[in-house]
Amino acid sequence: MTQLALVIDLNVCVGCHACVTSCKEWNTSGDAGPLVDQNPYDADPTGTFFNRVQSFEVGEYPNTETVHFPKSCLHCEEPPCVPVCPTGASYKRESDGIVLVDYDKCIGCKYCSWACPYGVREVDAERKVMTKCTLCVDRIYNEELPEWDRKPACVRACPTNARLYGDIHDPESVVSKAIREAGGYQLMPEWGTKPANHYLPRRKTQVTIREDEVERADNPLKIDSQLPKPGQEEPSLDDVTSW
Amino acid sequence: MHPAFSVIFLTTLIGAGQGLFLALFGAESLGLLGVLPAPGSEFLALGSLIALIFLVLGLVASFFHLGRPERAWRTATKWRTSWLSREVIVLPAFMGVVFLYGVAHWFGFNPPLGTLAGGYPVLPTVLLGALGALLAIVLYITTAMIYACIKFLQEWHSPLTVVNYTVLGAASGFTLAAAYAAWAGAAGLVNFLVTVAIVLTVLGLATRAASLVRNSRIKAKSTLQTAIGVKHPKIQQKSQGFMGGSFNTREFFHHVSAAFLRGMKWVFLLAAFVIPAILLLVVLATRVDPTGVLIAAFVTQYLGLIAERWFFFAQANHPQNIYYQSVA
Repeated sequence: MTQLALVIDLNVCVGCHACVTSCKEWNTSGDAGPLVDQNPYDADPTGTFFNRVQSFEVGEYPNTETVHFPKSCLHCEEPPCVPVCPTGASYKRESDGIVLVDYDKCIGCKYCSWACPYGVREVDAERKVMTKCTLCVDRIYNEELPEWDRKPACVRACPTNARLYGDIHDPESVVSKAIREAGGYQLMPEWGTKPANHYLPRRKTQVTIREDEVERADNPLKIDSQLPKPGQEEPSLDDVTSW
Repeated sequence: MHPAFSVIFLTTLIGAGQGLFLALFGAESLGLLGVLPAPGSEFLALGSLIALIFLVLGLVASFFHLGRPERAWRTATKWRTSWLSREVIVLPAFMGVVFLYGVAHWFGFNPPLGTLAGGYPVLPTVLLGALGALLAIVLYITTAMIYACIKFLQEWHSPLTVVNYTVLGAASGFTLAAAYAAWAGAAGLVNFLVTVAIVLTVLGLATRAASLVRNSRIKAKSTLQTAIGVKHPKIQQKSQGFMGGSFNTREFFHHVSAAFLRGMKWVFLLAAFVIPAILLLVVLATRVDPTGVLIAAFVTQYLGLIAERWFFFAQANHPQNIYYQSVA
């Protein structure tokens, strides 16, 4: 069984909001209808977004770190928002694990948003239905796009490659490898929702360089002279002999 | 949570309507058993109409909660998993039974269908009434389970939620029934209904106080640490990602001060329990004309329950609020 998901690398996210605007642009232009804004150029602008980037300060001054934290639907493997829906508008696809809302069935009762601990569902104030991240279901299977472009809009937009996309049930996928090798984790594991999207933690980047790695022991740069030429029969070594 | 008046009116209005119907059917049953003076058919028919009016008003209020009310019929489809869907099925079914019960009494359609041991006749109104009473109880449970089943809202995720919806609804219904009986001149029923209303009101105070105590001791399961997966003890949100509001900042916050919230708690404790209980006791203990006092008791208790329901929503702290703490 396939479970498509995003893996977000907090170590390289710089909080530029490119994924937010790219998501908004793609999803407001699609067949499913616009993500409507109210007062976009006025006081108190508000509107529907599937993806937000938040910023947190970790630690105490002066030892602080800024963590930029992109947040969208996590496409849980046990989505608590789905069974509470009275109409069946909220559903999880068997084929690829994407959690979707059928905008033609949704009555806008907001109950599913109460049942989501992550706050990733937003009622569109003008369309009066619940909306959420679709994992760009209209891109990833879109045959009008070239194959390399069939990825969620946020993934395509990220300038630091902080957003990886793939099937977390395929152990050889780029996302599975990232989760396995870089310590990928889930948000609010205490609720048992099993989010499909994972996050990669911040890492300390340290390189240990010994002195002999800076200055080659076998041929220190300060000895700037012609190396001896070995005889034709003798073995030759790079950097040791001249050929 | 943001308290939505559509849902506040829905739950309080149908709660009183269900309680009134339970009171009517209780009075009819005890009348048949000879414990109470039997209430007249017209009294029961008109009482059913009042209960039906409360239920219809509640149903109308609920439509204001929906973004797309024209699709409301779809809500009956997912009863296997959704308590909201179950409520949507039970409410009209209950309304239908209340309607039939009232009609049967109004037209005096009550041919005995048989006789039980002891010589008690099996009457259609009793069968309808028993079915209605069952549906009334089931409706209390389905309404309350909509809130109690959401584990993320720890203030709601408790059997006390179901107990409170049932007891508080029934208490207001019996107070309403007592006021109606006094107004309709069914003097033989007033003391019985007032007594049950007092018992339910005091019981409601106890169970609601129990949930207040429970909620004051809740330790939130989710923290900023689990929310973003960073283990450090000191984390501060600097930006929620936007400066204007969003659905998340409107739907899940009550936007009032802590002092207002505390004040509302005392308002509902007084108005929903203490004052109605005193007024009901006055009727029992003195010889005043009960109609005015009982109507005042019901109105106070109903307004108190609106405050109670408002507080019920406002007090619930959704874990998503962790993500929306700083505008910047």
